[in-house]
Amino acid sequence: MFPSRFDLVVAQTVAEAVEAKVDAGEGGRFLAGGQSLIPMMKMRVAFPETLIDINRIGGLDAIERANGHLRVGALVRHADVVASDATFGAVASAAPWVADPLVRNRGTMCGSVAHCDPEGDWNSVLFATGADVIAQGPGGERSISIADFVDGAFTSTLGEEELVVGLRIPVPSGRSGGAYLKLERKIGDYATVAVASHLELDDSGAISAAGLALTSVNPINTKVGDAEALMVGQQPSEELFAEAAELAAAAAEPRDDVRGTAAWKRQVVRTYTKRGLAAAAQQAEGS
Amino acid sequence: MVAPTTPAEIGGIGHSLQRKEDARLIEGQGNFLDDIDLPNTLHMAILRSPLAHARINGIDSEAAMALDGVLAVVTGDLMDQHGLAWMPTLSGDTQAVLATDKVRYQGQEVAAVIATDPYIATDALELIEVDYEELPPITTPQQSLEEGAALIRDEKEGQTDNLAYTWETGDQGATEEAFAKADRVVTLETHYPRSHPAPLETCGIVADINSVTGQATIYMTSQAPHAHRTLFAMVAGLPEQNIRIVSPDIGGGFGNKVPIYPGYVVATAASLLIGQPVKWVESRTENLISTGFARDYYMKGELAVTDEGRILGLRVNMLSDQGAFYSDAQPTQFRAGLFHVVTGSYDFPAAHIDCKGAFTNKAPGGVAYRCSFRITEASYLIERLVQNAAYEVGIDPAEMRLRNFIQPEQFPYETATGFVYDSGDYPTALRTAMDEVGYEDLRREQAEARAEGRLIGIGIAHFTEAVGAGPSRTYDIAGLKMIDSAELRVHPTGKAILKLGVKTQGQGHETTFAQIVAEVLGIPANDIKVEHGDTNHTPYGLGTYASRSTPVGGAATAVVARKLADKSKKIAAHLLEAADEDIELASGVFSVAGSPDRSVTIQDVALAAYTNLPEGMEYGLEDVTYYDPPNLTYPYGSYIVVVEVDPDTGVWQVQRMVALDDCGVRINPMIVEGQICGGLTEGFAMSAMQWITFDEDGNCIGANFMDYLVPTAWETPRFELLATEVPSPHHPIGAKGVGESATVGSPAAFVNAVIDAVAHLGVRNIDMPVLPDRVWAAIEEAS
Repeated sequence: MFPSRFDLVVAQTVAEAVEAKVDAGEGGRFLAGGQSLIPMMKMRVAFPETLIDINRIGGLDAIERANGHLRVGALVRHADVVASDATFGAVASAAPWVADPLVRNRGTMCGSVAHCDPEGDWNSVLFATGADVIAQGPGGERSISIADFVDGAFTSTLGEEELVVGLRIPVPSGRSGGAYLKLERKIGDYATVAVASHLELDDSGAISAAGLALTSVNPINTKVGDAEALMVGQQPSEELFAEAAELAAAAAEPRDDVRGTAAWKRQVVRTYTKRGLAAAAQQAEGS
Repeated sequence: MVAPTTPAEIGGIGHSLQRKEDARLIEGQGNFLDDIDLPNTLHMAILRSPLAHARINGIDSEAAMALDGVLAVVTGDLMDQHGLAWMPTLSGDTQAVLATDKVRYQGQEVAAVIATDPYIATDALELIEVDYEELPPITTPQQSLEEGAALIRDEKEGQTDNLAYTWETGDQGATEEAFAKADRVVTLETHYPRSHPAPLETCGIVADINSVTGQATIYMTSQAPHAHRTLFAMVAGLPEQNIRIVSPDIGGGFGNKVPIYPGYVVATAASLLIGQPVKWVESRTENLISTGFARDYYMKGELAVTDEGRILGLRVNMLSDQGAFYSDAQPTQFRAGLFHVVTGSYDFPAAHIDCKGAFTNKAPGGVAYRCSFRITEASYLIERLVQNAAYEVGIDPAEMRLRNFIQPEQFPYETATGFVYDSGDYPTALRTAMDEVGYEDLRREQAEARAEGRLIGIGIAHFTEAVGAGPSRTYDIAGLKMIDSAELRVHPTGKAILKLGVKTQGQGHETTFAQIVAEVLGIPANDIKVEHGDTNHTPYGLGTYASRSTPVGGAATAVVARKLADKSKKIAAHLLEAADEDIELASGVFSVAGSPDRSVTIQDVALAAYTNLPEGMEYGLEDVTYYDPPNLTYPYGSYIVVVEVDPDTGVWQVQRMVALDDCGVRINPMIVEGQICGGLTEGFAMSAMQWITFDEDGNCIGANFMDYLVPTAWETPRFELLATEVPSPHHPIGAKGVGESATVGSPAAFVNAVIDAVAHLGVRNIDMPVLPDRVWAAIEEAS
């Protein structure tokens, strides 16, 4: 596995990285954890002319709460998310399911988000929690909602000269819970099916906010908006979650493949939605 | 378990000695193929076909040749000029080295680039233009044998269809009679899917041919270096005295490193033509898509049974998917390996086995992936059938087995297909495993769980293996008899060097074979160096695969050590001034019968062998033995698996896995258990997740470790190991092979457990891998 020839630029600051990207143009790629990019290069399905290494940039490795948000810097590794006590609900639930321990030690959460692999875990969590992606380009910083950020399989609305510098995930102020249920064939595998659930409860115990998103069953990670709308204002119940699960199953458009049949994947969406929402509600009620 | 007869400091048979090879491997001091870095080495990369079936109209390598650093682009036409475009397979077929006429599977070798570094070689591959004319691919053996199917092997003289071979064995008449007497016939049709040994280290070669002397030093990842030397001599026409095969440390073989692959031939030819060393190391994808697949058997088994659950006969029809070339590594006279061990652990008079193999547009192989030539498929079929027969008859699957087992007093037992099982006590093995797992309680818990809507399943497999090929009257590979050898030299200070014809790939030969010598001569195992893998420094042998090292090479080691013990006794008698017949040897001490205080040690004797001999005796203390085993050895085991199935998703989890193995005398119990844990993990992998499949265009799905799944410690169940120890009566130290038992025996246990969880719904088969969607669909269909 020998990649083709490329130039390497080691950036010391975000500004340097962005400048290098402006210089490199379309042939430039940022390198953070490299857990997707480097295998793609070695299999010669990616041929970047210039790699811009951002690993030496200071200040991008923090995961912390600030102003009602969980902020995740561009160099926060999946393992840092697993270890962090600033996380909550679906974020905390998903982190240990990302890839395997080796990949989690190097791969970054922001890199995975920017990669927009529909089989990636994080974008479902961001959909369920309503997160924003922070991008920096030559013109400065901007915030993009995850819904606006994901453009398609492996494509985002990130500008050609922009770098994802962080994520901003709203931290619920009241009672809340979340879960990420993932069916994978083995550790390190992409999800066959995964469901991210997020629930917030008001003082009466009714659902005040709901997030539900699916991994690997559509061309992109999919927010199940009708199920979310259905649940808001309702008391959590098995029947309600069963109804939400039907909407989730309907929103899924899986394909037959080596991982299993479409009919079965839809059944797993149904089952994991029920179980995930129940776990989220239980966590919220206990919080 | 039998207690060791030697003290720990000698470390003979039965001691769980730490592996002598581990220190260097753990501390990064191993020497693997890719560590070999000779001066002026060139690097080879192989261009492979992206298509499963296509005619080659031309290859343009001009741009690749023009790339700085490229020395040669080798094509099939160039190989053909040297008579090397095709090579023989181990099954008497021929295989393309580099394609000249057609490509017949995705990943087939089309051209090779020789360059000054591997990056340039890989860059150059992208500059070679091949003009392919696509042909319709054939991706299943059923399709392949249909009337009017495109001829895959159109180059093969006399070949008018896609049939690779036919083979039958057993007694058809007696079997028909048995079926006529049966109360019922239990039928199972199942596919044992294509898998791959996927060793951690891929295959590779460094070919170094001196253009002046003609000396060919070939470093290669070889499980059978001596056999490979002879095959190189026969295929490439190199004089055998000039060929030295060095098989360095090997990172796992599992059958993958038995065949000679096209890459080896091209690298050797390139080194010969260019006069510099040429290195080729497969990528993971190359390993998975082009070298040595295993299994891929479509089997229909029918069992004739009585209402009392007695088996009367077995009928099997088998169709194998051979890929584009028939290249099974197997004893030559058996077209489907030792598949006829399919009668398993059971006493019944009649069986008939009808096999055929078909060419398809898939990679060739048919290697014995951690099994003794197709025994895995056979063992799986009979254990699945017996379990299903129990459901049909209406008795417990354990009881079904107990009613049909070959009984201990029946050994040696000749099966309906002609194997003579050497020894065993099957009822004790199964009952011991059942006691350990708490079988009766589990059946109660299963019934209670069902009442609550939970699905628990208990699966049994009681397998019998046939390993240690093999007796010269029956077994050969490409005409070479499957003997093996050991050469033992004891040095003047009493330290020894043991040279083997077999070759470790992780099995622990450097430890266990030293223990055999320690047992016989009493030289501490840690004073015995074991050498293997270099054909210039070891005696001839057929190599390590099919669990044959201990049954054949281990036997040779015991015999050669006994030869030296006999000579040593004579020397001791001379030193002690006693009669030869009065000398007794125990744990390295020679004493005179009746006066134990008169003694010398093996170290004294070793020195005397070079300094002070009885009149007329030749100096030295060394010998060599070639061992021709009188029979195979027949290890067996009773495995019980407990699973719980999630009825909503079909996901199943192993709750318990109890594995009892009887491999005869255990030389090093720790290493045996390590082998068993590894084999159980591979068996679990095949039953749960691991397969190489193809889409309808013949694209290989499973070309990297994201798609070809190797379980980690996380997925792998905890194994509870048990042992019984019935020695092999014909093996010099009573040992049987064990490396492959667990891979052979365990898949049926896992699959039977899942079937057992849903058998009450009427489910009788789910093909491997037992993926959750298949389980869920089976439940849906049955409900």
